[in-house]
Amino acid sequence: MLKKKILISGNEAIAEGAIQAGCSFYAGYPITPQNELIAYMAKHMPKTNGVFIQAESELAAISMVYGASAAGARSMTSSSSPGISLKQEGISYIAGAQLPAVIVNIMRGGPGLGNIAPAQSDYFQATRGGGHGDYHLIVLAPGSVQEAYDLTQTSFDLADKYRIPVEILGDGILGQMMEPIELSSAKIKAVTAKPWALCGCVERKPNIVKSFFLREGALEEANLRLQKQYEMIKKKEALFEGLFLDDAKVVIVAYGTMARIAKSVINQLRSSGEKIGLIRPITLWPFPEAAFKFGNKKRKYLVVEMSYGQMFEDVKLVVNGRQEIEFLGRSGGGVPSEKEIINRIKKI
Amino acid sequence: MIERIIIAGSGGQGVMLLGKVLAEAAMRLGKFVTWFPAYGPEVRGGTSHCMVTISDSEIGSPYIDKADTVIILNNPSFERFGGRVKDRGLLILNSSLAKAGINKRVDILQFPFSDIAIKLGNIKVANMVALGCYLFKKKAIKINLMLEVFKFMAPAGKTNILEINEKALRSGEKLANG
Amino acid sequence: MEKIFTRPEVLYDLPTHYCPGCGHGIAHRLIAEVVDELGIREKVIGIAPVGCAVVAYDYWNFDCSEAAHGRALAVATAIKRVHPQNIVFTYQGDGDLAAIGTNETIHAANRGENLTVIFINNAVYGMTGGQMAPTTLLGQKTSTSIEGREKEKHGYPLKISEMLALLPGVCFIQRVSIHNPQEVLKTKQAIKQAFGNQINNLGFSLVEILSPCPTYWGRSPKESLDWIRDVMQKEFPLGRIK
Repeated sequence: MLKKKILISGNEAIAEGAIQAGCSFYAGYPITPQNELIAYMAKHMPKTNGVFIQAESELAAISMVYGASAAGARSMTSSSSPGISLKQEGISYIAGAQLPAVIVNIMRGGPGLGNIAPAQSDYFQATRGGGHGDYHLIVLAPGSVQEAYDLTQTSFDLADKYRIPVEILGDGILGQMMEPIELSSAKIKAVTAKPWALCGCVERKPNIVKSFFLREGALEEANLRLQKQYEMIKKKEALFEGLFLDDAKVVIVAYGTMARIAKSVINQLRSSGEKIGLIRPITLWPFPEAAFKFGNKKRKYLVVEMSYGQMFEDVKLVVNGRQEIEFLGRSGGGVPSEKEIINRIKKI
Repeated sequence: MIERIIIAGSGGQGVMLLGKVLAEAAMRLGKFVTWFPAYGPEVRGGTSHCMVTISDSEIGSPYIDKADTVIILNNPSFERFGGRVKDRGLLILNSSLAKAGINKRVDILQFPFSDIAIKLGNIKVANMVALGCYLFKKKAIKINLMLEVFKFMAPAGKTNILEINEKALRSGEKLANG
Repeated sequence: MEKIFTRPEVLYDLPTHYCPGCGHGIAHRLIAEVVDELGIREKVIGIAPVGCAVVAYDYWNFDCSEAAHGRALAVATAIKRVHPQNIVFTYQGDGDLAAIGTNETIHAANRGENLTVIFINNAVYGMTGGQMAPTTLLGQKTSTSIEGREKEKHGYPLKISEMLALLPGVCFIQRVSIHNPQEVLKTKQAIKQAFGNQINNLGFSLVEILSPCPTYWGRSPKESLDWIRDVMQKEFPLGRIK
């Protein structure tokens, strides 16, 4: 029997996934190509008694998320590249205060005002913290609308589990394309109370939410706490998808929409006998190093991105000179096509 | 099977909706389907288009380079997308706004969709007249399924528009039937 | 025959990308006429907003810059400080000037920067698909005020012009409209005065123009003009505010 599916865009699937995960606070600002997300939240949050605010700016929105999170709510904001740049200060504060939060970036062409076409040029910004200080976000990169829905729910769980901001990194194609997905039939997740949250110090010592540690040694202690979390996350939460890694002579490394395009390429080349495989990181931070364990196999990597080589650097770091790595990328709204990828593989 | 469709017209001609109803219908037939929009800076006028891919297997990129079918509703879109039909593909053209010459490379169906829509009572249903032609020509999606999709997608409280959209669909079907 | 009306020289002979019935076309033309009449084309530097008029610089034959969303007055402040002899103006929508840019707007006005601001108030965010603006009216439906703006949830329409009038550094604020030919002429006069004030170093001048957005008001172009006449100007009264 065909399970009931609905046709929905990536942007809306993320919004619906958030509501399903018990997100009860959303603040955002319009920016293409994620406007469908904010419109969906405006329409549906009130139905679950959640709070929806169209903030005066992305800057205000991230501080609103900080506040809602400090109050113990599952909270989310979304934007696209220029707006995410605006949020960096707020994200650093969220990380420093060890607050959970979900931030959605539907990437577009840059730098500057750029254009409204898709891109993957914010990888550095997402995986290197993005704002000031030694911190990390967990970064999830869905590769389909179904995965966008599913991973959004995962992101809230991870954020709460580790008290860390989580970024969902999509792009204008994933955000605006529509495809059929299955919705969860489970009830909306009930959110457990957080002992550290601000809700009035009824019969308990006051809770303080802060990232400021002036006493000598205190900030270093706070940073070591963060680093300990990051070590645990690196051990336990890295995710990737691998295809045909047993016999692949050339392995494409791609994430998000680029991985979809790569899969088409792989299907075509495999049907004519070429030994091509795929590594699709799903967590970009922590970067799935385990995917690159290859034993004695001789293989070459082709990293394909809608950028001029950002994830490429992480692949280089992990492979550490033991295999050859090549790169194919376009940016500013340009999308490497199946033909371009196939031509490049032929040359390898 | 795989069917790649590009639909293009000016902002306001219902290009996106046309793609969405096709995608919804294909989904109900159990197909893999993707719908992907592309906008110019103009909210009205100019050219906007969407790409619909219908397939029996997983779809990679939602981008379409050469399409099996191109449905064009205005002239700037004809200039931009007229050449995107692959050999022996189908071009459905709104001759109220754009005219194609004789072309041996592709199969052309051109009818005055806008004029027909005006006669039916609302120029905005020109897109559904074109859809009627497409459904008749390709046969994969039955009109009754499409009418169910219309009912499902009509905005709440606006079911009065279903009648004119059905008329538009059926008149397109008649046109293609010759 | 005597020619009494023509395209301003400074306005490029190009069709615009704006929707039928949009007010941007008129506003662009009035600015061009004023620049022509004051003979300042080679001195003018315009700052375009983020919004439907993001490519306003495609239509004017003088120096222009883009600015990050809301930051036009910060950009303009700097340009004017570096080139006091030039005539620097910003052209901003309601989101640019009174949402994300509120901080920059208030402080440029408070510093009394010798700038000219053309503020296009159409009570909605057009470019991004019809979301609520700070100036959206109570009861007005948008994609983020689905049942209509409610004061409990969304607050009141923001009277940024009245707020700025409180600042000593501001020398001129006038709210105008373009819903009929007489009002269009008054708008031109206000724009001319706002530019004239800068030429005479009189301080911060702002013209707020009530402008139609038929697409996201869900009305025809004519109905939109009527809505400004009958509804919008009751909330945003026309006239000299400072």
